[in-house]
Amino acid sequence: MSKPGVKTSHAGTPFVWIVKRDSVSRKQAYLVRAAAILGALMLGAALFLAMGHNPIMIYRDMLTGSLGRTLARTETVRIAIPLLVTALGIGLAFKMRFWNIGAEGQIIMGATAASYFALFSGVPGPYLLFVMFFAAIAAGGLWGLIPAVFKSKWNTNETLFTLMLNYIALEFVRYLQFGPWRDPRLRGFPSIAMFDQAARLPRVFGVHIGWIFALILVAIVYIYMKKTRHGYEITVVGESIPTARYAGINVGRVFLRTMFLSGAICGLTGFLIVSGANFTLSEMVTGGVGFTAITVAWLSRLNPAVMIIFSLFIAMLQRGANAVQTTFRIPSSAADILIGFILFFILGCEFFLNYKLVFRKKVK
Amino acid sequence: MTEVVRIENITKTFGTVTANRDVCLDVRRGEILALLGENGSGKTTLMNMLSGIYFPDSGKIYINGEEVVIRSPRDAFALGIGMVHQHFKLVDVLTAAENIVLGMPGGLLVNRDETAKKILEISDKYGFIIDPWKKIYNMSVSEKQTVEIIKVLYRGAEILILDEPTAVLTPQEIDKLFDVLRKMKDDNKAVIIITHKLGEVMVLSDRVSIMRKGECVDTVPTPDATVQSLAEGMVGRALSLSIKRKEPENATDKLVVSGLTCLDPTGRRTLDGVSFTLRTGEIMGVAGIAGSGQKELCESLTGLQSIHSGAVTYIGDDGGKTELAGLTPSEVTGKGIRIAFVPEDRLGMGLVGNLDMVENMMLKSYRRAKGIWVDRKTPKAAAVKLIEKLQIVTPGTAAPVRRMSGGNVQKVLLGREIQSEPSVLVVAYPTRGLDINSSYTVYDLLNEQKENGVAVMFAGEDLDVLLELCDRILVLCGGKVSGIVDARTVTKEEIGVLMTHLSKREDAV
Amino acid sequence: MEQLIFFITAAVVAATPLLFGTLGEILTEKSGNLNLGVEGMMFMGAAVGLSASFLYEQAVGAGASGFLSAVLAVVFGFLAGVLGGLIYSVLTVTLRANQVVSGLALTIMGVGMGNFIGELLGLRAGGFASVSDVTRSAFSGARIPGLSGMPVIGRLLFSFDFMVYMVIAAAVLMIWFLNKSRMGLHLRAVGEDPATADADGINVTRYKYLATCIGGGICGLGGVYISMVRSSGTWIHNCVGGLGWISVALVICAAWSPARAILGALLFGGLSVLRFYLPIQDVPAQVYNIIPFLATVLILIFTSVRQSKERHQPASCGVNYFREER
Repeated sequence: MSKPGVKTSHAGTPFVWIVKRDSVSRKQAYLVRAAAILGALMLGAALFLAMGHNPIMIYRDMLTGSLGRTLARTETVRIAIPLLVTALGIGLAFKMRFWNIGAEGQIIMGATAASYFALFSGVPGPYLLFVMFFAAIAAGGLWGLIPAVFKSKWNTNETLFTLMLNYIALEFVRYLQFGPWRDPRLRGFPSIAMFDQAARLPRVFGVHIGWIFALILVAIVYIYMKKTRHGYEITVVGESIPTARYAGINVGRVFLRTMFLSGAICGLTGFLIVSGANFTLSEMVTGGVGFTAITVAWLSRLNPAVMIIFSLFIAMLQRGANAVQTTFRIPSSAADILIGFILFFILGCEFFLNYKLVFRKKVK
Repeated sequence: MTEVVRIENITKTFGTVTANRDVCLDVRRGEILALLGENGSGKTTLMNMLSGIYFPDSGKIYINGEEVVIRSPRDAFALGIGMVHQHFKLVDVLTAAENIVLGMPGGLLVNRDETAKKILEISDKYGFIIDPWKKIYNMSVSEKQTVEIIKVLYRGAEILILDEPTAVLTPQEIDKLFDVLRKMKDDNKAVIIITHKLGEVMVLSDRVSIMRKGECVDTVPTPDATVQSLAEGMVGRALSLSIKRKEPENATDKLVVSGLTCLDPTGRRTLDGVSFTLRTGEIMGVAGIAGSGQKELCESLTGLQSIHSGAVTYIGDDGGKTELAGLTPSEVTGKGIRIAFVPEDRLGMGLVGNLDMVENMMLKSYRRAKGIWVDRKTPKAAAVKLIEKLQIVTPGTAAPVRRMSGGNVQKVLLGREIQSEPSVLVVAYPTRGLDINSSYTVYDLLNEQKENGVAVMFAGEDLDVLLELCDRILVLCGGKVSGIVDARTVTKEEIGVLMTHLSKREDAV
Repeated sequence: MEQLIFFITAAVVAATPLLFGTLGEILTEKSGNLNLGVEGMMFMGAAVGLSASFLYEQAVGAGASGFLSAVLAVVFGFLAGVLGGLIYSVLTVTLRANQVVSGLALTIMGVGMGNFIGELLGLRAGGFASVSDVTRSAFSGARIPGLSGMPVIGRLLFSFDFMVYMVIAAAVLMIWFLNKSRMGLHLRAVGEDPATADADGINVTRYKYLATCIGGGICGLGGVYISMVRSSGTWIHNCVGGLGWISVALVICAAWSPARAILGALLFGGLSVLRFYLPIQDVPAQVYNIIPFLATVLILIFTSVRQSKERHQPASCGVNYFREER
């Protein structure tokens, strides 16, 4: 180790150090975040460039592929719906710092419950969709409730718990698909029968009615979080559990209640997917929505209204990546990479909103 | 005596706050220098720059006459500077020996036996008692402090800095510590002790430097100073140091606690058969070594701690009795009983730092609103009223409370609790980290509550304050009540004995 | 007996990627970083390791050396994991981003990156990417003269591929490092109480970066094992399939001890191959597939019920350290 020697005063000053910022204006914050997203897209461009493609062409094709024609637009909206609804559900849990990464499983359980009634119940046509709706909500909610029970009782790690439940739910659907629910009329790859017309959601402006559900839900969640006592309790629990206890909030009950709601909303996603888009149940039912929605929720800083924008944005990326998969022979997983980059940049840029760097002044 | 440390014109800012401005200071070999100042006056920041935790914005430091640059704690060790921090910097799951060698350069492996031997040599020399193999989490507060001091000596420190070392010790432990420090002085080391207690300065130090608002205002030889002159230097004006105390009026029993026992998750008794009575119009102090059950006691009166056995009986104004043991805070409130609590951890428990003042006021009131909606208007009005009444300095009711200064945060918390018009008020370490003015505001508010007929319980660590403010003092030792004494007649030493030994002195019950 | 030996060797092979992931995450968490991106780093290691071998073979042609090919797979798989750890460290240590979300982001990106590279290789190979037999044999079981041939013992101890011995060596090295070495002591202090470590002159940032990056590299090796050994050097879409997450859970089960991690990984490896060695009539495959996940849940619950002072997560895990916080 070098012994600190005799030096002039400024020689040892660190070149740069970090101090807390008081606050930045809203406009500045938006600018920084926009710059971060731009930065992520630039990094993606560098990746495409390294692969020998023209990134401008790729981004242009992604744009036209997701927004260019009416068909592309409706497809983008169709992808955005489950993202938005799931992000709303995840947002409730994240707001109380309950890391629910089990949306995949909750979606699957909701979809499975809805599918059960669509396939086997014999509920008369007009009521069928209502029954499916409530079954999905209940199933998703109960699946979300399981980790909350253990969290509130023994503080069991919810991150891993919810995640393990995803795999368990997935294996459950596989079991149904390969076993008891397999449609005997179909030869080849085992799959479950398609729903009847009565179990399919009607369309409005070319997209299934789920988008109306989603927008109504945005308003409901917004009001629930901002204006109700439940919403206030969630905020306090998320900020500090000791404070919540101190204020007489039953923390366990808030966990249970909120996780039921969170799971129920994800279950609703399952209903919208099987009844609005796929018209059947399969092991591919979620398409990774449960994970991608985490990104939407976090990018929106858990603000329900902002989630509309980001769910559309992410849907554009995914739809666009699908479009360029064929034209440029780029695997559609490129969308996940871009989403990852954007998350990295957004996570990183928060630093510059909270702190500033001070550079050493020149010694005269 | 030769000068070993000279600090010249040190300035340090944190954001917009200037913690130190143009501070000059010198320390000599073979002396004990007291660095006196109230909370927030910049003493600790200054010493942190000597020990390499912070780096000064400008100014110079000389060690043994040579200008030096201290960029990290390692640089400080190399220069023979060692600091014992107020909040112990020890790793709980490691042993004393492991903590002592932590961060020291050396070979690939840690020779734990060799270390232990050297530690025992040092302990013999200065008269410490220590088990090098004991884990920190099994240690008492004074044992931990011993580890800290040995750690500094082990590194061969010639300049020792101790930050508020007496805050958590009993009077007897303080005497022992002072003996050790005097031995170090005789050993020709330089000792700096950071403190805000005037008595200690007078007893221990050779010289005293007084800090005020980030500046060093004066340095005097201790024999030339008086308690009054030091106090004036510290605060910047003449100050009456006594806290006014009235005789309790119509004291009637309000809260009867009997045989209260609580367990921690491992099954250890944190409170063991605690019995006492809180009376209206009286302040009951709670003293004890840190971790003797004060926290559990405060929390079990307010429903936050699960009670293993025993009773907490509330006596209403009409004499009706209500059993509170086993109830949750909301159940207690539901019975119309108002027990207010100012916890030790203000921003971690009493308030939410990231929420604004209105939302923090709502912690108490949101439950009262009917229906599913929250009411923001009433708490907003309450916040405005509070700001006016207690002269709280804040950018507005919409600013997060963590941005406020410590004193203002405490005013928000205490003010909110008092606004709920409690009949029992429990406060834990309410002046910790506060400057003198804010501290006196707190004492005044507590006295005002006492005069209004509230039963007040005050857990504190500064025995001088407890003796001046309280009517009776309950002393805890290892979760048991070792005595309940009359604060007007008892001495500090007597309380010190009770803090470490269980006896049966209960002269004022 | 024969069946039992087959079962044990299969369990060891199944346990190896888990143990890589668990060891990597233990090292990471010891520095106070809760990196939930293990799944992502494994994916990156799997795809990059495979690509290294594949591209090397393509470049050299028929004369490719299996040894060199294997070394390249291991080195690049490790580096891919290091890159994951580095991204995570920059985000959480330097830029102080939320650890949970940063880890999730790393998983999202890593899974995408892994599949992307794998599919890209497939497109290049015009079908699906696969390494040649030379490389495959470098990753197959060892034949140590005199040892591998011994009855029972030879097959139970001396017939595995080299990465099995690598992971055991890594575990032993970590036990020694954490308990005996000075840097290990310093690392533990950083994870338990960074402010104290900092005050003692330990460079907290350096330790966090190093532990997280090397830990990430070890996770990446788990990925290499999956693509090169388990999938015999071909790219299978979503080949990691949750093993990274089980590794994270195993860290808790192992109570942050590399020694217990070996046992935990073996147990889980055994559970995951149970189907082939203990088939029960009419019990569908999916029930067997659930077992490791269900066992993880049960162990999570069990460890949370039974709290211990000594065997706990490094105290600062999940919280970023910032010196001038005031």
